[in-house]
This record gives sequence, structure tokens and C-alpha cells, in this order.
Amino acid sequence: MSHLALQQYWWIIISLLGSLLVFLMFVQGGQTLVSQLAKTSTERKLLFNSAGRRWDITFTTLVTFGGAFFASFPLFYSTSFGGAYWVWILILFSFIIQAVSYEYRTKPENFLGEKTYNTFLFINGLVATILIGIVVGTFFTGSDFSVDKLRLTESGNNVISQWEGPAHGLEAALNLTNLSLGLAIFTLSRILGALYFINNVDNKALVHRASHLLKFCSIAFLVFFLLFTGLILTGEGFAVNPESQEVYMEKYKYLHNFIQMPVVPVIFLLGVVGVLAGIYMGAFLKSGKGIWFAGAGTILTVFSIFLLAGFNNTSFYPSTYDLQSSLTIQNASSSKYTLTVMSYVSLLVPFVIGYIWYSWKSLNKKKINEKDINNDDMAY
Amino acid sequence: MEAFDMSLVNWSRAQFALTAMYHWIFVPLTLGLSFIIAFMHTRYYKTGSEKWKNTTKFWMKLFGINFAIGVATGIILEFEFGTNWSNYSWFVGDIFGAPLAIEGIMAFFLESTFIAVMFFGWNRVSKKFHMLSSWFVAIGANLSALWILVANAWMQNPVGMKFNPDTARNEMENFAEVLFSPTAINKFLHTISNGYVVASLFVIGISAWYILKGRHLEFAKRSILVASVFGLLSSIFVVITGDSSAHNVAQIQPMKFAAMEGIYEGSEGVGLTTIGMVTPGKRYDNNKNDFVFALKVPKMLSYLANRNSNSFVPGINDLIDGNKDHDIIPISERMENGKLAINAFKEYNNSEDAEIKEGALKTLEENYQHFGYGYLPDKKSAIPNVPITFYSFHIMVSLGFFFIVLFGAFLIFSAKQKIESRKKWLKLAVWSIPLGFLASELGWVVAEVGRQPWTIQDILPTMVSTSHLSTSSVQVTFWAFVALFTVLLIAEIKIMLYQIKSGPKNMED
Repeated sequence: MSHLALQQYWWIIISLLGSLLVFLMFVQGGQTLVSQLAKTSTERKLLFNSAGRRWDITFTTLVTFGGAFFASFPLFYSTSFGGAYWVWILILFSFIIQAVSYEYRTKPENFLGEKTYNTFLFINGLVATILIGIVVGTFFTGSDFSVDKLRLTESGNNVISQWEGPAHGLEAALNLTNLSLGLAIFTLSRILGALYFINNVDNKALVHRASHLLKFCSIAFLVFFLLFTGLILTGEGFAVNPESQEVYMEKYKYLHNFIQMPVVPVIFLLGVVGVLAGIYMGAFLKSGKGIWFAGAGTILTVFSIFLLAGFNNTSFYPSTYDLQSSLTIQNASSSKYTLTVMSYVSLLVPFVIGYIWYSWKSLNKKKINEKDINNDDMAY
Repeated sequence: MEAFDMSLVNWSRAQFALTAMYHWIFVPLTLGLSFIIAFMHTRYYKTGSEKWKNTTKFWMKLFGINFAIGVATGIILEFEFGTNWSNYSWFVGDIFGAPLAIEGIMAFFLESTFIAVMFFGWNRVSKKFHMLSSWFVAIGANLSALWILVANAWMQNPVGMKFNPDTARNEMENFAEVLFSPTAINKFLHTISNGYVVASLFVIGISAWYILKGRHLEFAKRSILVASVFGLLSSIFVVITGDSSAHNVAQIQPMKFAAMEGIYEGSEGVGLTTIGMVTPGKRYDNNKNDFVFALKVPKMLSYLANRNSNSFVPGINDLIDGNKDHDIIPISERMENGKLAINAFKEYNNSEDAEIKEGALKTLEENYQHFGYGYLPDKKSAIPNVPITFYSFHIMVSLGFFFIVLFGAFLIFSAKQKIESRKKWLKLAVWSIPLGFLASELGWVVAEVGRQPWTIQDILPTMVSTSHLSTSSVQVTFWAFVALFTVLLIAEIKIMLYQIKSGPKNMED
């Protein structure tokens, strides 16, 4: 494969991992729903145990997403993590407190008390989803950074990639496009969380409440999602001249990407229809299958959004401070050799998905109920 | 090249050390306990005995408590390479990112998928699939150690790559060299076997406590038997891999090796210090003795370093000032060559003239092995902290030999069925639990403090690896991590102690 083909292949893998991550954030969404859905401590325990059996898959997907991004587009890693420091640190803090909370929340002598761990889980659901959405929003709106490799030869200030604003990433939250995507991801994760509970929890009252709440979450989601889509399709985008690699602003760039890559809007629309179908099944039919439709829909929609950001001569991580510092899948990628090695490794992915699927099915053969968790001394 | 913001460098360093050391409290236990649990689970699968089932469940519960905080402290490490070491990520991301990604794809998913089955599969999946899941968790955890240690080893011994002046980064040329470098293999084997030792000490120590209290005797003896066999084999393996690791360090990182042994003046037929005290205030440029006192095994260090008991082992002074007889270039010359390389890199990028570019590239390639030295403010800065490296190394080694004796003794007591009467040994075993963790942390200190000032040996110093952040930002996150991790550690210990005091369930013995 040519270097460009490898770069495109890896952008597809990153897009796939990103979209899987958003789907799997049903765990985070579920965490924010518990206080609204559960009326008793047993109900709370049931919901936390339902989401809790999946938390580490979401966590692992995030870590793998980070690792894969590092390996395939290391200059993004260097620029975004080192630059948008505060956003990433907040996201990571929210995952640190999540990782212990399930295991420790009901254990005797847990030092902080069950309520604190439940609050940790709520914070993770709120902060991680919104901030990850905001970071992905900057793929379309840009950030204030500069890149100069010759800084390596300077004394003192020799960091090649530098953030130029004092807020180190927090400023992205003030941008309407970023914020609308952040809130869209947050509300979507709540939709997916509710659908997962409907699928996995054997408790009529909880299913009823989840399907009711689903309707409100869906309205909020549609508002933020349509706002984000409208803003990026009607606004300017960061185009790259394929000959000179010069980055320039282009009106309706992302709309042009849609038109020039017709498969992308097809994936996008299929995804949106999937999400809407899932919502309908959960909200009106109380069907457990809603999560699969909305889940597949989420994966397709987010996948198409990533393609929109990175393909068709577009900068996927643009700089508004210095356009020519913008990162593209060509200038930010690993070398051809590394991408080739990693491509062989990526052949493992279907095998990984296969065993995840098998173990998921084995554990989820029957829904979980109160009796299950009361008899299980490993329960959260 | 002198105006580095050392306070930012040192706070970034402190934050990484803090998060890594916290993480490293929990990981060794996960590495070893996962195999002990898988073995016990297999015994249950084969015998159908409820005793083995409850034994497995008890250790699994402690494993879960430890695993959660291990994951919590681990996520930050991967991302810290970006958040706090932006230049590092740029400079070597083409090589360093790959093992991290492979770790996620190959190891973390295996571990996290099957850990859910292991914990919640008791009445939900077939007994065979359930038992296999315990093995997959152990394999996943140990595979993850493989990849992160391959990455770490590459920083200590950068092989299989070439610097590309067009992209200002090192690019991978040979993945097999990275994966199978002797540093990587030694580091992986030494580290995982250390994890098995920590876990065996943990199991024996807790079981010993039950025996001292006269509780769960059969359970405790069963656990001690499994752990003492596993521990004895592992602790012997730790010494073997420790020997080859030290030999490798002597060849690749002679300065670290000199610091580990506190040697300033190199010589032939050097003895190995078993017990010693480094002279306070000893520096490379004063004439104080190396040690206040030192008990040495004659010629042993020369043998350890070069497999020849009469060979020359360079000291810190030889490495700083050079030693013509042994072809050691002085640091000052390496600093000059490093500056030549950095300037050639600049010239290559600034010039449009093909001839000048070619000349610059040639100079850069000829001097690239010294690249990082061009950033050092003075020759002293090439020396790591000697007392910390020396004491960490020697305490770790002493503990390693003590563990062999302890495991051997417990195996004999188990075989003779005389454990209950050995009260002093039982108490010693309880107190050895923290010693296992201590030895493990000290190993990390030797590896990481001993290689300073380098993030990439000879190529990139720590001071050029940071992100462009204010010191106060890193200070805030440092203290936030101190607070959060300490609170979580207290919670973990309290939960763990409660579970241990409660003891295994459904065990009448």
C-alpha cells in the first residue's frame, strides 16, 4: 500500500474506534440516569450492576483509541494532549474516579461512602461525554496552536508544538459548535444508557421509567445534534490544497465533503435513521432491541463525522492561530514503515471484536434481576 | 542551550514519577495474583471441590479491589506521554506509539473482556469457559506488561530507528529489533517475575496471618503451598533475569551501571559491593573516597558487567572525563558533537542549496549518536543521582535473595506439614508483604532514576522532552494527583483489610 493509502486506512480505524467509543459511552450515559431512574437502593444497585459489567470495555476502548491515535498520528498526540492540557486532564480525572467507583461503592470500609462513589460515576458520565464531544468539535472549528520543528534547535523554549492561548483547551467550551456537539454526545449517551437498561434490566418499573425519560433525552439530543450539523454544514471549513499541502479556509467545506464523497452522507443518514429507530423502539415499544439499532446508528453517524473531518483534502486538526500549522492525515501520520507494521497488527481487530461479542452474549443471555445481584458476592 | 525552565522539567518529572510509582504499587500484584487465581480456578474445575472454589473466590475478590485502582492509576500514564511530554511524543512517537497501541488491541481488551466473565460468570457461563476466562485475564495482564516494557526498554536502548530531519523525529526501521532487543527481553522477564514474587508474598503473608490467628487453617495451608512453589520458582528466575539485566545495563548504559555500584574510578577486576555506605558529599570532581565502608565480593562486578572477572569497569569519572585506554570519549567531546548535530539539523532545514543540505545531513548523521548531549548545560548533568540509585539497587538485590530463603522455608514447612509451629516465620511472612512491594518500587527507581538525564538514552534529555506549559499548571495537577491517588489508596487498603479480616466465605476450616 502507498503511504497515503495507509494514512487513509488508519484514519478509518481511528474513526471506527472513535465511533465505538461513543456507542460504548452508554455506560457513562447510564451513570447519569441512575439518580433519576432509581427510587430505591435496590433499584440503584440493579442499574449500577447493569452498566458496571460493561464499564471496563468502554474504558479499554478509550485507552486503545488513545494508543492507536498515538501510533498512527503521533503529531496529533503531541499537539492536542500537550496543548489542550486542561480538557484532557479533566477527562482523564473523570475516568480515574470512575475506575474505582463500581468496585468500591458498596464494599464495607470504603472510606468515602457509597454516595461519593455514586457521585463520582455521575461526574464521569457528565464530564467525559461533554468534554470528549467538545474536543471532537475542535476538529471542525480549530484550536490555537503553532507547530515549528526548528524550535528543537532553540535554547529555552524548544517545544515543537505549542498552544498559544492561556486556557489550554478550556476555551473550546465557549464555541457554540463545540458545545453543541458536547451536549449532543452527552444526551446521546443518556439515550443509549436508557436503551441498554431497557435491554438488560429485568424490572418493569425501571424499564417504564427509562422509556419515559428516553423521550425527553431524545428531544434534547435532536436539538443539539441538528444545531451542530447545521453549523458545520453551513460554515467555513479547513481545506488543504492537495498539490502544495497549503491549508486555506473554504466556505461550505464540510457540505462540499458530503457532496464530493457521496458514501459519507449515505452512512450518516443510515446512522441517523438507526438512532431514531432505536429511540422509537425503546420509547414507544419498550423493546430491548432499541439499543442495537441506536448503537449501530451511533457507530455509523460518528464514523461519518470523522470521515468528514479527515478525508477529501481536509485538515482534521486545524489551527486557527496559524493555518499552516494545521494537522492533516498526511502531515501528522506515522512513517510508512510504522503504519505498515500497525496495519498487520490491526488484522487482530476482527478477532478481538469476535471474542468481545462472544463473551458479551454469554454474560447477557438473561437479564439481570434483584435476585441475581443479591446472590452474587462479586456484585457492585 | 542553557535557558531551560528546570522547574517545569522537574515538576513534570515529579508528576510522572508520582503517577508511575502509584500505578506500580498495584500492577505487580495483578500480574502474579492473576496466575495464582487461574491455577486455583483450574483446581476447582478439575476437582469440583467447593474448597477450591471458595479459595479461588477469596483471592479473586482481593484481586478485583486491587485491579480497579491499578486501572485508575494506569490510564493517566498513557496519556501523560502527550499531556506532559509533548516534545517527546513528537520526537519518538513514530516508534513509541506502536507498542502502546498494540498493548490496547492485544492485551487490554483480552483482560477487560474476560475479567467481567471471571467475576460475574459463576452461574452464567459454562464452567470450562469460566475457568479459561481466568487464564485469559492472566495472559492479558502479562501481555500488557510485555508491550509497555518493550516501550520502556526502547527508551533505555533505542534501536531499530533512524532520525528523519524533514519531520524532526525518529522513525522506525526495524520492528523486530525494537521487540526483541535484549533490553526489552530482560526487562520484561525480570519485571513479570518480580510481579509473581510480590503476589506470592501477598498470598503467603495473608495466609500466615490466618494461621497465627488460628483461622481458616486448611485454606491458608492450601494457599501457602501454591504460593510458595510459584514464589520460589519466580524468585530464582528474578535473580537470573536480574543478572542478565545488570549485564545489559553495563553494556548499554555504563553511567547507570556506575551509579548503581557507586563507582567513580574505574579499574580492572572490580569487586561487587554487597553492603556499603556511599560517602556523603562525594562528587565526581572531589577526592573523597567512594564509600565510608563497603563489603565486596572480589572481581564479581567485572564478571557481572562483562562476563570476565578481570575486565575493566568504567567509573563515573572515566565516563565524564574520558579514558583513552578504554576508548571512552569525554562528555565534553560528546557535547560538542551533539551541538554539531543540532546545528547541522538546523542548517539542513534552513538551506535551499542542495550541496549545503547534503553536507549538513552528513554531519548530522555522523554525530547523531551524540545528539542529546548537545543540550546538556554542563558535563555534571550527565550523572544521575548516585546515592538514590545505589541504595535502591542494593536494597532490592538483598530483598531478592531474602525472598528465595523465605519461599524455600515455607515450601519445606508445607511439605513437612509443620507450618503452625513456626510462629516467627509466620510473623516474618506477614511483614514481608510490604517488603515485596518495596523491592518492586526500588527496581523501578533504579531503572528510571539511574537513566537520568535521558528520556531516550543519549538522544533526548528529559529537559527537552516536556510540553509547553506553565510550571504552575503542572504543580496544580501534581497536587491533585497526590490528593486523589492518596485518597483512593487509603480506600483500597481499608477495603482490602476488611475483606482479609472477614476471611474467605463458606469456609469452616
